Amino acid sequence: MSGLSDSLLPVAILVYTLAMLGYAVEYAFSSSRGAPSRQLVTVGAGGPPSRTTEAEPRNRAALGGKIALVLTWLGAAAHLGTIVTRGIAAERMPLGNMYEFVVFGCFVAIASWLGIVTRRPNLRHLGLYATLVVVLLLGIAATTLFTPVGPLVPALDSYWLAIHVTAASISSGVFLIGFVPAVLFLIRNKYERLTAGVPEREVYLKFPVSLGAKLPRSEVLERLTFRIHVFAFPIWTFAGISGAIWAEAAWGRYWGWDPKEVWLFISWVVYAGYLHARATPSVRRTTAIWIAIIGWVTMLVNLFGINFMVEGLHSYAGL
Amino acid sequence: MVAIVRKAWRQLTSMRTALVLLFLLAVAAVPGSLLPQRGVAIEKVNDYLKNNPGAGPWLDRFYFFDVYSSPWFAAIYLLLFTSLVGCILPRLRTQAEALFRPLPDAPARPERLPVSRTFDGTAEDFAARLKKARYRVAIRDGAVSAEKGYLRETGNLLFHSALIVLLVGVALGSWYGWHGNRLIVAGPDGEFCNTLQQYDEYGLGARVGASDLPEFCVRLDSFKASYLDSGQPLSFTANVGYLDGAKEGTHRLKVNEPLRLNGANVYLLANGYAPILEYTDKFGRKLTTTVPFLNSDPMLTSSGVAVFPDANLDPATGKREYGQQIGFQGVYLPTKPADPSVGRSAFPTEKDPALMLVAYRGDLGLDNGIPSSVYSLKQSQIDSGRLKPVGEPHMLVPGGEPWKLDDGTTVRFLGTKSWVAVSVRHDPGEPIMLTGAVLLLAGLLPSLAIRRRRVFYRDGQVGALAKNEYPGLGAELDQLLRDKDASEVRV
Repeated sequence: MSGLSDSLLPVAILVYTLAMLGYAVEYAFSSSRGAPSRQLVTVGAGGPPSRTTEAEPRNRAALGGKIALVLTWLGAAAHLGTIVTRGIAAERMPLGNMYEFVVFGCFVAIASWLGIVTRRPNLRHLGLYATLVVVLLLGIAATTLFTPVGPLVPALDSYWLAIHVTAASISSGVFLIGFVPAVLFLIRNKYERLTAGVPEREVYLKFPVSLGAKLPRSEVLERLTFRIHVFAFPIWTFAGISGAIWAEAAWGRYWGWDPKEVWLFISWVVYAGYLHARATPSVRRTTAIWIAIIGWVTMLVNLFGINFMVEGLHSYAGL
Repeated sequence: MVAIVRKAWRQLTSMRTALVLLFLLAVAAVPGSLLPQRGVAIEKVNDYLKNNPGAGPWLDRFYFFDVYSSPWFAAIYLLLFTSLVGCILPRLRTQAEALFRPLPDAPARPERLPVSRTFDGTAEDFAARLKKARYRVAIRDGAVSAEKGYLRETGNLLFHSALIVLLVGVALGSWYGWHGNRLIVAGPDGEFCNTLQQYDEYGLGARVGASDLPEFCVRLDSFKASYLDSGQPLSFTANVGYLDGAKEGTHRLKVNEPLRLNGANVYLLANGYAPILEYTDKFGRKLTTTVPFLNSDPMLTSSGVAVFPDANLDPATGKREYGQQIGFQGVYLPTKPADPSVGRSAFPTEKDPALMLVAYRGDLGLDNGIPSSVYSLKQSQIDSGRLKPVGEPHMLVPGGEPWKLDDGTTVRFLGTKSWVAVSVRHDPGEPIMLTGAVLLLAGLLPSLAIRRRRVFYRDGQVGALAKNEYPGLGAELDQLLRDKDASEVRV
């Protein structure tokens, strides 16, 4: 079973990568979505305006996107298989070390992404970015974090593992997906500012602002970012509370400023700051989004920085 | 003057200030995770100060080793809480008023509101539908006003009030809580009773005195650990007996299963081996001691000392020649490595145990009243030559041949006992913290998920608006108008 789990993960990564290619095809050949009128002018000015040449790549693009979406579902199935077979092999919740934590968190990220796309099919082409971050993180998990299947250390042997670590992993995965539209918002926002009232051909856009042409309107991205964070924040809060209850039973105190606890607190405060900034009309939306991005940076510090560099009570990474 | 105070208060309670304070709080928490903290691991702080004689004292001066109890950290969170109170008090009043204030009249033309529909029915009919959907409804002059979603603000206020409950819980814990750490060797002789003198290390809350500790005793009956072949631990179980007031009992103490006594909980922190040594002195007297050795690696390579300050006393006179005290410095390997030069244990259980001893004779330096570690001999006595090594280091096995020293005295290694290190803790703030946490979550969910919205009806026209961003308002209105059965319900 553990062999199956270990071979399913590369399959999932490969399928996600193929999906990424499909999204990239859709992305490259589709017309710009955010500013359709302007794009039409550009096409018309760039070459002989012919209906057939325009419609064909668009169909091909949509096909690429549809294939990519199917591949994402298949990748998610293989991904889920990795987790389940690992759990069966280890005879426990597959959340006992950093490798398992990241694999599970990435699955939550993909699952939330698929949930979003199911409800809002017109965001499909953003799957390029969603699969990109997941492939990157899973790549790190498979190469540097991998730990063979093993039983839990005594400190983790508690039913609180299923509650606390699952909550932490789920909220991390959802925050990860929230990070994607947050960054895209910044790109699109810059793009909109630079192209406002100017014919597109006259503006020279550098990467990554040039990506903005094919992104949804900034309000759409901003609202999506907010809703994802609103979903993740209570789960993160619950992860902290359940962690405190477990810590009381295991270490005798509900809170002890262990490095992992400190960074949970920092992320919580930063994300709370984002929600407050978002609710305050006098704070610009760009500022609020930057706070959300800082929030994700603190999550990464907690996951990689603290696990690799600082020794604490939460040193279960198995590295 | 009043104006200045008023302005400062308004500044402090503004959302911008709160945001800055939140950001400062996050930044201020960072150094505590990078530098060692006294409250977490004091020995690491001492190491840091020793290794960084330049920066260390300066960092210490600015509380960088006590970040979370530092004045600047406290200043940030106290300001934040003041700002919080200043923010929620007026909102509490507004919310209470909003719940009782009559609903506003329907506008003359509801169809001008952000979301509008038509409804071919009477005002009463529409009001009944709204009531079924749990709106607060008022009918005036044939027009309907309705509002829903007060729980959003209520939840928001509950969330923020819960933060204050948490602060109270923390304060109570730091005033009335206490904790102590203690090493307990297996057997009736190792029994530990809950008094300050018996702790190896302790911390009392500001309002706790030595006499406030509840009375109980704990004894280690047996200890069992299991490991994988790699040495990774699988389980630790300490079978303990306790006397709590008049109640006697036993408990299987495990890492996630503390012993909960009346007024304190006992937690399992660590475990190890305590070798038993028997020394036969010049006069043929046998002296026995059991000394816990501290382990330095996961394979339980352990080290410690056994001292015999009363050795070689002349039974006739009760006196001793100077320099006839004896002590042993030892390293215990529960499983001897295949290569004896390694000097570290190969496995944490006692598969092939061996005790390496170095004998010292002379003046142990215990009579001068200066407290010293029970896990090492006094280096100053060795350096000054008052304590001299005797012979070559020697390896002993449990129950094996005694080691005969040059003066004819012998030492035998009888075996080992297990020891566990326990933490004993009491924090009366815990129930308050749990209550606060539950309220926090109970308030957070509606404050994020619920939207406050108003619906108006006049002359067949329906209009609605939401106070908070609510893309689903139109859909909700459609549902309200579609639902046929609702019109039959009259409230």
